[in-house]
Amino acid sequence: MSTYADRLRGNLRVFNEFVAGPGLWILITLLFTYAALFETQLFVIGLIVGSVLALGSIGLTLIYGVLRFGNFAHGDLMMMGAYVTFFLLNGTLLGQRRDTNIGVGLNDLPAGTERLGDLTFGYSFLIAVALSAVVLAVVCIGLDRLVYRPLRRRGSAIVTFAIASLGIAFSVRALLLIIWGPDPRTYVSGIHKAQHYPFDVVLKTDQVFIMVVAIVMAGLVYLLLFRTKLGKAMRAYSDNPDLALVSGINTDRVIFWTWVIGGSLMAIAGSLLALQANLKPELGFQLLLPLFAGAILGGLGKPQGALIGALVVGVAQEVSVAYISAGYKPAVAFLILILILLIRPRGLFGDAN
Amino acid sequence: MTDTKPVPVLEAKDIVAGYGEVDILHGVSVTVHSGEMVAIIGPNGAGKSTLLRTIFGLLDARGGQVRLKGEDITNRAPDQLVLCGLSYVPQVDNVFPSLTILENLEMGAFVRQDGLAERLDRVFSLFPDLTDRRGEKAGKLSGGQRQMLALGRALMLDPDVLLLDEPSASLSPKMVELIFDRINLINSEGTGILLVEQNANEALSACDRGYVLAMGENRLEGEAKSLLDNEEVGKLYLGT
Amino acid sequence: MRAERMITPAVLFVVAFLVTALPFERSGGNFAGTASFLTTFLTTVGIYAIFTLALNIQWGYTGVFNFGVAAFFLVGAYTAAIVTKDPASGEFVQYVGGFGEFLSPNFLDAGEWLPFIVGIGAAGLASGLLALLLSVPTLRLREDYLAISTIGIAELLRRAVIENPTVVGGTNAMVGIPGPLDGYFAPGDWKYAFLVMVFVFLGLLLFAVERGIRSPWGRVLRALREDETVTAASGKNVFAFKMQGFVFGAVIMGMGGAVFGFGRGSVSPDTFDHFFATFLFWAMLIVGGSGNNWGAIVGAFVVWGVWTISLQLNGYDLPGILQVRIFFIRDLLIGSTIVLFLLLRPQGLVPEQRRVSSWLDRRVRTPPDARPPPEADATGGE
Repeated sequence: MSTYADRLRGNLRVFNEFVAGPGLWILITLLFTYAALFETQLFVIGLIVGSVLALGSIGLTLIYGVLRFGNFAHGDLMMMGAYVTFFLLNGTLLGQRRDTNIGVGLNDLPAGTERLGDLTFGYSFLIAVALSAVVLAVVCIGLDRLVYRPLRRRGSAIVTFAIASLGIAFSVRALLLIIWGPDPRTYVSGIHKAQHYPFDVVLKTDQVFIMVVAIVMAGLVYLLLFRTKLGKAMRAYSDNPDLALVSGINTDRVIFWTWVIGGSLMAIAGSLLALQANLKPELGFQLLLPLFAGAILGGLGKPQGALIGALVVGVAQEVSVAYISAGYKPAVAFLILILILLIRPRGLFGDAN
Repeated sequence: MTDTKPVPVLEAKDIVAGYGEVDILHGVSVTVHSGEMVAIIGPNGAGKSTLLRTIFGLLDARGGQVRLKGEDITNRAPDQLVLCGLSYVPQVDNVFPSLTILENLEMGAFVRQDGLAERLDRVFSLFPDLTDRRGEKAGKLSGGQRQMLALGRALMLDPDVLLLDEPSASLSPKMVELIFDRINLINSEGTGILLVEQNANEALSACDRGYVLAMGENRLEGEAKSLLDNEEVGKLYLGT
Repeated sequence: MRAERMITPAVLFVVAFLVTALPFERSGGNFAGTASFLTTFLTTVGIYAIFTLALNIQWGYTGVFNFGVAAFFLVGAYTAAIVTKDPASGEFVQYVGGFGEFLSPNFLDAGEWLPFIVGIGAAGLASGLLALLLSVPTLRLREDYLAISTIGIAELLRRAVIENPTVVGGTNAMVGIPGPLDGYFAPGDWKYAFLVMVFVFLGLLLFAVERGIRSPWGRVLRALREDETVTAASGKNVFAFKMQGFVFGAVIMGMGGAVFGFGRGSVSPDTFDHFFATFLFWAMLIVGGSGNNWGAIVGAFVVWGVWTISLQLNGYDLPGILQVRIFFIRDLLIGSTIVLFLLLRPQGLVPEQRRVSSWLDRRVRTPPDARPPPEADATGGE
């Protein structure tokens, strides 16, 4: 009597497993193929947006893997990185209602602003981003020492860390507003001519640069995690912190380097983002949703997953513009998030259980 | 064993420890002599695992002292203890599932890089099963292979004393035999072993000496053989 | 110990003093002006206390992690507005709504109260429904998943409002929301009556919540927060209870949104910014002390007091560099206050009474790096 119900349940399970496993990959492949064929321009822009998001998501997922909490300050710290780069370039701060300038900046370096090829910036920008990465790494370590480490020592619940990171998120945003004000900022002014590429794709050279840097950085993170002793220790710690402790892996060192990598990636991602969009303090919190959607889609704690996940989110968001109002971009990230939570909460690369 | 007067390598004296406000150990003492293999047996809740965790600095000792080769190591952090020559294999979750077998072993040697190749060779010769699968993820291993890998990881620092928490738990009888055979081999190469076992019969047959713990206190101790023959032990833990 | 007990009264006194003294001084000793100012201040505190109370049910009592209060706030405010308003008129004003007319039949001046009761009910219902929908994919998972999902839905709904000017007014705000009983008062006096209504409503809610928390249902919720596994082991359906706590809180948030709309007379998407409509309530709850309803109210008073004081300070002749930034400095102050409280006074200004079970404290007493792993429980945990 119940055989039919049993068979149905069995079929349903098979169906669910299919949807959650290969089905999801097929869906992503279909999305990418469709986008690449019919919305080539938006697809390429989506890949660029996605690769910036990826740097943020990789950092987010690393921090999650090692410290076990969602860092809700990630987006705002990315903006901080972008603003530090801005400041290092031209020394501009918000004065009394108007900008003041400390009078020095990396742009004053000899031929610092001379454009590199078709790019809109000179080598001063590269130096500024590198320095900003250092600054953000220091900021992250400072935050860990002041806030997260005391909470850790006390054995606080994961949620306490998340609330603390939310407090930090809003503090950072307020700090950016205090120092640089609410008006939008850009690194360089002037016209930036787009180049024509095959398949009617029109891109600015800066955008190509963004993608190249993102790929290189993702590659470096991969090498670090899978080829160095420190990276393996980070993965080991994220796998099983108790066993890492037992093996003599120095917990403080693993956490220190996690913040160094996460912080540097924040600064680079934020600065790349600001290369093609106006810099505004509110942007940070709006980034959280796509960053988390990417990281969760890939499987929290899995950097290779975050890379794929962020690219999917980037492409889906940009391609959606062809069909719905651009104002709904966050809705696309949200939809991806809810979908993945419904059918495969551990994400594409997450381990079972 | 040699006939010379035994030298204590690891000595835990009057250990008091517990979780939260509850003491679980009320002054337990155990000693491992050089090259010796010692079993701790006792009923559920006797505090056996707690004792190992306290010796390995995972839990604060509230009283008593732990000495390794004469040196006071009470309440030292695990990352220092592994440098002193102590290794610990937890009962469960004792491998890094998403790391490969080779990477697991490398992590075992995290604090010491010299002679890595020789020690890797030794582990692979002890556990040939792992050799061919060194590039595979540890999460894919069977229960017995995991236990081998866990032992291998702990051996990567060539410790003086190895602490094993229930090495035979949830393994097939055949695998238990194999694991104990390997532990005996490790011991015969000079590593002192202190192991906690639910499986008293198996443990006492393999070990030199044994301690019986109950309610967080020493109940009995002596040669493993004599404990096996002991009536009280037999009645309580061996089911004879 | 004694000094520590004085912290809360001292903070309350300082905030109360400044909130009264600053406008009094600024208005040149005008009593009526100060009273009017304080009325507005207290009304806002009362309304925000509703949200903090609701957040306390979700987080303080159930341990459910809502980072998107703004979503439920928004749904409540707009639902109530749509239900209570008169139909849109004129070619420039277009939005769904205008049910207020149908809710005003000719008995007992029904137009003065009936639409508002229906509005509050509808707001609670809509908000609760949203929580119900959201809980299905997220509540079984780790806490962070719900947190990011609620952030997402809040952002999504705010965008939806902006994108739909013809339905809900878009960025132009939905204006002309009537206030309950406003037909009986002179326009300038209604706010005093509204203050009373807000506090009566808050009192009713507080009573209901306290009753709920002390009921067997509330005991399960608290047990759940302390230890999910143990509660599950005792045969309770953890998911169902978490969902009930989440939905119950969301219903109250929706009602709070309705009251907010009635008081302000208009709603616009700006109000539902993450900082203003989510984070502020978290700050209030953490400062007041989660797991305690009175703490939630004290927190609303203190945090909104600080907010108001900084607004007042701006009226003085501050050094120019401060003048532009006073609001950002206030935001920084509130953001860092939350972190400081978590670090230095996790129990908040009004700690939970049953200290023994206080969740945060229990964690505090766990020695460093001594998370007992599962195997310890098997053999060591008598």
